[in-house]
Amino acid sequence: MHRDPNLYDFWPYRDRPKITWPGNKKVAFWVAPNIEFYELDPPTNPSRKPWGRPHPDIVPYSARDWGNRVGHWRLMEVMDEFKVRGSISLSVAMLDHHPEIIRACVEREWEFFSHGIYNTRYSYNMTEAQERAVLEDSIKSVMDATGQRIRGYLAPALTHTERTLDLLAEYGFWYSCDLFQDDQPQPLKVKGDNRLISMPYSLEVNDVITYGVYNQSPRAYADALMRHFDQLLEEGAETGTVMCIPLHAYLVGHPHRIGPFREALRYITSHRDDVWVTTAKEIAEFYLAHHYDQTLTDIARRGNARPGTGFNPIPQEGV
Amino acid sequence: MSGLPDSYFTYARRQAGPDHGHYPASPIRERAPVVLPGGASLALWVVVPLEFFPLNPSGQPFKAPGAMQTPYPDLRHYTTRDYGNRVGAYRLLKLFARLGLRATFAVQGAVAERYPGLIRDVLFDGHDICAHGWDTDSLHHSTLAEAVENSYITRTLDAIEAASGQRVTGWLSPARAEGFATPARLAAQGIRWFADWAHDELPTRFQTSAGELISMPLSNELDDWQILITYTRPEHEWLAQVTDAADWLAAEAVRLNSPRVLTLTVRPYVSGLPYRIKALGNSLQTVLNRPGTSVLSPDDLLRAVSV
Repeated sequence: MHRDPNLYDFWPYRDRPKITWPGNKKVAFWVAPNIEFYELDPPTNPSRKPWGRPHPDIVPYSARDWGNRVGHWRLMEVMDEFKVRGSISLSVAMLDHHPEIIRACVEREWEFFSHGIYNTRYSYNMTEAQERAVLEDSIKSVMDATGQRIRGYLAPALTHTERTLDLLAEYGFWYSCDLFQDDQPQPLKVKGDNRLISMPYSLEVNDVITYGVYNQSPRAYADALMRHFDQLLEEGAETGTVMCIPLHAYLVGHPHRIGPFREALRYITSHRDDVWVTTAKEIAEFYLAHHYDQTLTDIARRGNARPGTGFNPIPQEGV
Repeated sequence: MSGLPDSYFTYARRQAGPDHGHYPASPIRERAPVVLPGGASLALWVVVPLEFFPLNPSGQPFKAPGAMQTPYPDLRHYTTRDYGNRVGAYRLLKLFARLGLRATFAVQGAVAERYPGLIRDVLFDGHDICAHGWDTDSLHHSTLAEAVENSYITRTLDAIEAASGQRVTGWLSPARAEGFATPARLAAQGIRWFADWAHDELPTRFQTSAGELISMPLSNELDDWQILITYTRPEHEWLAQVTDAADWLAAEAVRLNSPRVLTLTVRPYVSGLPYRIKALGNSLQTVLNRPGTSVLSPDDLLRAVSV
């Protein structure tokens, strides 16, 4: 147990070197539909119960099933309307359960990244070999089904071990969506010579949080998305920002929610002169090629680079 | 920690379709087009639970939404729930009469037994009834003995029959809770449709080991408890959400040339309060004023909708 994960260095949000997105765009905008499978009767991880009620907990189970039968198609239609390709946070077992959804995403050239095998199988208490098996399953299964080499990861149900990010780097992932410390990508301090970045993926404008935790109404959520965007656009003139909207069709796809969301997406994508409407993988590729070293140099220039990598002990000052 | 057992990495049901045998995958856009009576594009189905909340709930295996919360005797919650059956339900009946709206009242056996007059009034006003389990402390779950679960079902159907003269064939479980065996046990006792699984927006076939049920869509995210109580949204936002849903569904029905069903659960002790009833009325009126909108009963839906 460590008091500080030491996964990145302090890098204050003032006077940062400029990030310029392709075409001089100010905001890199991506949408992350979480296409998830929650099992009716999953095994229990000692650290977390899969469902609130005894199995079968059909209220939340059937709601998620609704997402895959009804909500997904409604959300996809809205994204098509504004020519937004999704970067899918994929429960890898969805490749087997709902190939019709996978086919529709492949046809649209959406990006896939891994969100674990099921959102009801948590990383807590996994051995290194077990965690490796999950990553290898993710890479191979998506490659076999879609021809895509996945480059991103969002741990299932946001459950991690201390070694998750090191393993991602070792397996050639480019980005992790697991950290929420910034509005710009930045290097992660992982073992070895591989480069792994933290990709902004907001929980604060994630529909699970806004509807389920903050109890916002659909119209209030849409309004928050537009204000979130306006601010990142203004700041993006100084140095390029990233806006991600993480979504769950089983929530945003409901008929009382999709209309206001559509208006927010219409508003954001109407700024295409200033907005790079893209995928996480394309943002990561561009950042790694053009701004990764620039960030490290700036952190070093400020004297903020600390030794060590994630979850390795940090030498105490003055010791 | 030596890691998780191998069984945690065994995915026995990693297969096409859902991880159970009740129904196959079926994207709603690929479903056969539906024709509703009168050529309606938007069908409204309103469900009103009539519930009995015992003063001494066991809370097993969990406490139902709306159950007693303060130490015994929690007269506060007992009476606010009972207010629904005494006053709120009649306020709803009056509103429905004014709107010409036919609803489905989901009746718990304990309510039928205690307040048979309420059930007769509901039927006299022309509404439908279905079963809603025995009471909110008789929850269906997987560790319930078969004989006990069967007795919950029989006793409920018998009590409703005694009060109404009807052997109902529709079911909504208390707290929408089921055990793995519940659907089959319902089917074995003559239930034809149930509304526990909110997995679709049209009725769908649902296979059990004791025969087929029809699973009726009933939104959980739009109901009055969810929005007003769980999400603590004010009435005007609930109204906006219901009308936004109607707008979207009606437009989608035209675009895809297939009607849509707007389902709404309203509880007498929630929506039947003086400060909420007008908001509910305005909301329903807005939906009903839309051309092409029909109020349909479960029988209408079951007959009309291709499943």
